[in-house]
Amino acid sequence: MSGRVTDTPCEVIMGGPVTDSPLEVDFGRRVFLQRTALVGGGLVLTLALPLSAGGPRAAAEARGGQLNAWLRIGADDSITIVVDRSEMGQGVYTALPTLLAEELEVDLSRVKIVAAPVGEAYVNALNGGQVTGTSNSIPDAWEKLRKAGAQARLMLIAAAAQMWHVNPSECHAINGKVVSAQGKSASYGQLAEAAAKIPVPKDVVLKDAAHFRLIGKPLPRLDTPDKVDGSAEFGLDVRLPGMLYAVIALSPTLGGKAASVDSTAASAMPGIRRVLPTASGVVVVADHFWQARKARDALRINWDAGPNAKLDNAAIWSLLDKAAAAKPGASALSRDEVSASLKTGNAADALKKANKSLSAVYEVPLVAHATMEPMNCTADVKPDRCDVYVGTQVQQMAQSAAAEAAGLKPDQVNIHTTLLGGGFGRRLEVDFVPAAVEASKAVGLPVKLIWTREDDMTHDMFRPPAREAVSAGLDEKGQLLVWALHVTSPSITSRFDPTNKNPFDSVIEYVQNFPYAVPNFDLRYTRQEIGFDVGYLRSVSHAPNCFAIETSIDELAGAVSRNPLDFRLQHLAGKPRHTQVLKLVAERSGWGHAPKGRYQGIAFMEGYTSHIAQVAEVSVEGGRLKIHKITCVIDCGQTVNPRIVESQLESGIIYGLSAALWGDITLRNGRVQQRNFNDYRVLRLNETPEIDIHIIPSDAPPGGIGETGVPPVAPAVCNAIFAATGKRLRRLPISAHTLA
Amino acid sequence: MVTLTVNGTTQNIDADADTPLLWVLRDHLSLTGTKYGCGMALCGACTVHVDGIAVRSCVLPLKAVEGKSITTIEGLSKERSHAVQRAWIESDVPQCGYCQSGQLMSAAALLKTNPSPSDADIDAALSGNICRCGTYVRIRKAVHRAAELLREKSS
Repeated sequence: MSGRVTDTPCEVIMGGPVTDSPLEVDFGRRVFLQRTALVGGGLVLTLALPLSAGGPRAAAEARGGQLNAWLRIGADDSITIVVDRSEMGQGVYTALPTLLAEELEVDLSRVKIVAAPVGEAYVNALNGGQVTGTSNSIPDAWEKLRKAGAQARLMLIAAAAQMWHVNPSECHAINGKVVSAQGKSASYGQLAEAAAKIPVPKDVVLKDAAHFRLIGKPLPRLDTPDKVDGSAEFGLDVRLPGMLYAVIALSPTLGGKAASVDSTAASAMPGIRRVLPTASGVVVVADHFWQARKARDALRINWDAGPNAKLDNAAIWSLLDKAAAAKPGASALSRDEVSASLKTGNAADALKKANKSLSAVYEVPLVAHATMEPMNCTADVKPDRCDVYVGTQVQQMAQSAAAEAAGLKPDQVNIHTTLLGGGFGRRLEVDFVPAAVEASKAVGLPVKLIWTREDDMTHDMFRPPAREAVSAGLDEKGQLLVWALHVTSPSITSRFDPTNKNPFDSVIEYVQNFPYAVPNFDLRYTRQEIGFDVGYLRSVSHAPNCFAIETSIDELAGAVSRNPLDFRLQHLAGKPRHTQVLKLVAERSGWGHAPKGRYQGIAFMEGYTSHIAQVAEVSVEGGRLKIHKITCVIDCGQTVNPRIVESQLESGIIYGLSAALWGDITLRNGRVQQRNFNDYRVLRLNETPEIDIHIIPSDAPPGGIGETGVPPVAPAVCNAIFAATGKRLRRLPISAHTLA
Repeated sequence: MVTLTVNGTTQNIDADADTPLLWVLRDHLSLTGTKYGCGMALCGACTVHVDGIAVRSCVLPLKAVEGKSITTIEGLSKERSHAVQRAWIESDVPQCGYCQSGQLMSAAALLKTNPSPSDADIDAALSGNICRCGTYVRIRKAVHRAAELLREKSS
């Protein structure tokens, strides 16, 4: 694949204001990029090294040149790539540098990574903000970073050609050097300073796939070594001189607040520096975490339980059921924002004419993200500056939240993104940031605020519950005549991004790509809030929608005694990518030939511009479910690193299995009942099935991968349970059902 | 003041006697490779070795480890040379990486007593270590590989 990229170069090179300092990941050798000067209307970034890391080597690294917003080459041949997406396990600290290094003609092993500061250059164009989410880090960077690498390579070549008084066409780049036809050679480090002064080439031709050295190869991750010796630095690990530790007492009732606080006993405990009521809870600041943690228990807080004092799950579902019945639901079909392809036929009329019909309500519960690293934030507030060290998926939002809490302007707040101990959408929220900032401001020292696991579990921004009513019908030939979905659920997007005018976008994912041929289609959404905020969780509404679509399709196949695979293929005629993944998953899973006593279920999804199918193989004996194997086939277009794609799919399957089997947050009197991993069960090693992943080679543009593995696993397993028991599960989690 | 040995160095710790070893390591000794995950010995992120045995440091009070020898992930080897670390790198096990110190310490303790573990042995030794990224498939593979590396070394 080749492409001529003709964007104006300033978009790539200069970006916008870079207002703060990236934090190097490599523990112990922290290097800061700092804004230094405006040159020719753009910004130049230079490396400023702390004194402890000084010396001749550091000085050589500091000389050289900044070739664009993502690349600095030191006089010592060091290659530093700024990564503008957060590393939360999905592999961006390897995959994004791969794109740039491919065109730059350097080995990946030479590359050093720094996390990007807040800056316009680092906005994800597909998300409209500096956001790591929606599985689009690679789709967003695919051209952008290859182009940045190619431009830098051409600038280095031009610098060499100038130095040697030859034509650039007589020079080429190879393995970190420019060499000339006359046999001259110079390393990138020798050329970087001059290259940074070369005008940025406008048009660059990118390599075609046949010439990729790095892209598509199963290269080792760059972040692995630091993750096996304890040196990788997560938010929880940040240490600053004079830093204090804080814990927070959050309202036991969602939406409640502290009416009065008696901190007499707590304040008298060893090491306690301050007890501070904040907007989000009562913060205890101490010399050490454990002192703060103990003193929190000694606080006497009179909580105002607030409006959710009586809220429980029965009330939540009653709200959703009543809303679904009372309101017809805004029809997605009437919205300009929604793809016209959704406007299909007349669902109401078709339902009356159907030969066989299905009316089913599918329900998914509240689910917690439960990242391994609980929420935490370290803030260092000074009168005119605030530094925030945080594992975040939303640098700009963290900056705004911290600025407001500190009483500073956003450009006075520097966001240092650490590694994330899991994100899954939880770290798209910044609810844990302001209290850390307020505490640091109050004590005049850096403060690390740590949520306990119980805080994290009970005050997650849970995946919203969704009530998904499917009405569908088949004609006399067993063809799908009509498929209609009415979703009733709280909205995430209305809170998260009030400027977003499309009320459907966070609930129609995957439905907008409804893959099966159907002449009459309808999608309706009724928004019903439930008294507290809900959030984006890995694969967001793809998961509930895939559950409703793929379970209902299985039910419809059963209604006409068709094999679930054949029924799907019959409705995917003329769609080669869809058909290929389904056929291959059938082949690799031995579809229809399960070992004795085992049963299979299949599910498909088109999402994140990828196509994925999974087959679950289960047995149910004496009511006990065992998941033996998940076979997964994906066509995600061109892979950047197939090894990471594979591990992300394993990850998504296991994450999806945890939610499908046990994920169920419940409330009593407005309080979340699950507090830790004893009562919020997640999959463990001994429960992990065999997982077989197959990636279909493709040179289509890369699709998303981080979330794609999650949605099909619940319907695949539930369809397999139906095959094994005849029980059709329309409500998750699976553990809520008796399978005997 | 409580005296204990951490990664071969004697340390005198001035902290409340009920402070869990996890927080002593992290806050007092700046050994942040050992992670906080649950505080209730449910997830294994805080796993360290006490006199060679894998334990959950989040529920182990400082006074209980007086005079004991502690090994953390930072002290497991020099230059990531332990077989489990080499196998973890070969298999690219970590994703977010947060739980991996605990996984590695559990795996290292297993291999010390059982140089050729079966899948069932691995399940028994590592099912107390939660990984929300779902690296379990690779963990199992890497433990087998580490056992191989150890056998190569000893033969």
